[in-house]
Amino acid sequence: MTPVPSPLRPWADRFAPRRWLGPVALLGPGGVWLLLLLVLPTLLILEISLVPGLRLGQPSGGYGLGNYLQILQPVYLRVIGRSLAFALGSTVLCLLLGFPVAYWLALMSPQRWRNLLLVGFILPLWTSSLLRAYAWAAILRPSGVLNTILTAVGLPTQNWLNTPTAVFIGLTYSFLPYMVLILYASLEKLDTRLLEAAADLGATPSQGFWKITVPQTLPGIAAGCLLVFISTLGDFVVPTLLGGASSMNISRLIYNQFLGPTRAWGFGSALSMVLILAVSLAIALLLRYGDKRSVSET
Amino acid sequence: MAQTVQSAATTATTETQPDVELRQVFKTFGADTAVRQLDLVVQPGEFFSILGPSGCGKTTTLRLIAGFETPSAGEVLIQGTSVSTVPAHRRPVNTVFQSYALFDHMTVKDNIAFGLKIRRLGTAQVRDRVAEALRLVRMETMANRYPAQLSGGQQQRVALARALVNRPAVMLLDEPLGALDQKLRKQMQVELANLHRQLGITFILVTHDQEEALSLSGRIAVMNNGQIEQIGTPSDIYDRPRTPFVADFIGDTNLLPGRVDQTYPAQVQVTTESGLRVLAQSTQSPRPTVQNVVVSVRPEKINLSLSAPGSGGNCYQGQVSHLMYLGTHLHCVVRLSSGEALTVRQPNRAEGAITVDTPVYVHWTADDCLVLNAA
Repeated sequence: MTPVPSPLRPWADRFAPRRWLGPVALLGPGGVWLLLLLVLPTLLILEISLVPGLRLGQPSGGYGLGNYLQILQPVYLRVIGRSLAFALGSTVLCLLLGFPVAYWLALMSPQRWRNLLLVGFILPLWTSSLLRAYAWAAILRPSGVLNTILTAVGLPTQNWLNTPTAVFIGLTYSFLPYMVLILYASLEKLDTRLLEAAADLGATPSQGFWKITVPQTLPGIAAGCLLVFISTLGDFVVPTLLGGASSMNISRLIYNQFLGPTRAWGFGSALSMVLILAVSLAIALLLRYGDKRSVSET
Repeated sequence: MAQTVQSAATTATTETQPDVELRQVFKTFGADTAVRQLDLVVQPGEFFSILGPSGCGKTTTLRLIAGFETPSAGEVLIQGTSVSTVPAHRRPVNTVFQSYALFDHMTVKDNIAFGLKIRRLGTAQVRDRVAEALRLVRMETMANRYPAQLSGGQQQRVALARALVNRPAVMLLDEPLGALDQKLRKQMQVELANLHRQLGITFILVTHDQEEALSLSGRIAVMNNGQIEQIGTPSDIYDRPRTPFVADFIGDTNLLPGRVDQTYPAQVQVTTESGLRVLAQSTQSPRPTVQNVVVSVRPEKINLSLSAPGSGGNCYQGQVSHLMYLGTHLHCVVRLSSGEALTVRQPNRAEGAITVDTPVYVHWTADDCLVLNAA
């Protein structure tokens, strides 16, 4: 019996007897890529992280959890705490700044200009993040653009470069376009008739916003926040170029273990595993609680 | 039920103020005029329908009452107060939307409780009234479902319950049954009528379904091109249409354009463009002759016979050119010797022998046709 050809699977009749060939052909190339460049290296890092005190070029002892215990030292916990603070802070800032913009773009901006406005918003993403960080350094320098303007209007100058403030500014600036894009996609699908229905039932515009708009776009809000959180948690360029010595975060710490003078690969790998775990946890939480409706329907 | 509503409405005109009143309302969108010079009065407790083809301005009219649109000119009054500048959330009306517009992130129960919670009613009161509303629409067992888990008819009931739980002064229904299949629609029509009788609230229904409007309403406003063509009871609209549009839109009819050449008390003689002379009843005051008019004859008022009928009324010779067998009825098109084609609806009786090309006589009395002013 010949199976009915499906428009989704044009190769189906040719390989009909061996049904596994289709999925393998589709997943194979990407799978091999991921296996070689993601799964294997991660496993390698996991192994290295389990060798206490491993340093490049030195003989190593057996396996153990020493590297992980080292993380628990207050000095390193402070670094992790600071990384979380950078990530959480810039995520909240991106949401607060991005939501009104996405709302205006999706629901209020003139239809014919909408795509152009969107492109304008994404445009900064087309330049290198390194260049943009350098540009911010030029703006925030003691004798930079910001202080020139502040002096001109008679305000006290600010010395923000190489402080956590500069890191928040840089991270928020870098990831705001992603937040706006994701929120825009979500708000654009908002059924505005639901807002009319809410008003019809007596809800003021602000009640309609909190009871309808926000819950309806919650999956988008969660996705946007998660993306920004993950990206900022592991960001290296902005804290390095704008944060200075006072803004050591986890990715800079990892960098120092691998390429700094100590060459403590074991400790660096343990830190990497913690970062990977934190990010995976965030994704798992999103999948589980991100979209209430899809959860309740299953 | 229709009778009690009508009598309530007629007594109401003298005693109480209307629930909804539109005075000389215009609504324009850019260069388009959706509603022009609309005057409308709906009395408390009425089941009032706004009927018309799509794009006639009926939904805009409803949105003007609900507060989703502000009139470009004129005034909207609810229970005697001008609400033209009052936003939707402060108007004592509730809407059942064509799309239902249920909040899909909330359960059925929470959807229905939405309006009550907004008005900060106590928890116990909210619970009781939601339970009562669920009972009214017979959805008690579905309280904890999400809208996506309901069928179209069930969603419709939730939309109804969500509106009526607030006990509004006026319920606005925008094509509420449009998305349901024929059988379910009939069933929901009965339920709507029952709800209206039980609750005694004013219902304003927007529909393009003439049968729905005729069977449910105490009064109907027929709209066309943003204007009201006629307001009246279902029998006013069907039996005494005032314009060719109303005659044609409500039910089927044959329209014969012509000129008045003789006027009698309550009757006129019209000569059609092809020279046919038709005697018709005239509901309006004596017409000057040579006025352009249209004669409207309903297909079911025309009799068909093989031999010449007795004298009196209008009688013409013709030939059957089309025949459709509809079970209870025969639907024929008869081409008259003068050239006009008339649609005729005959009860399916066994006198038989009518086939295509059969020469026949069509006849009807002057009382069975109306003369209307040409548009």
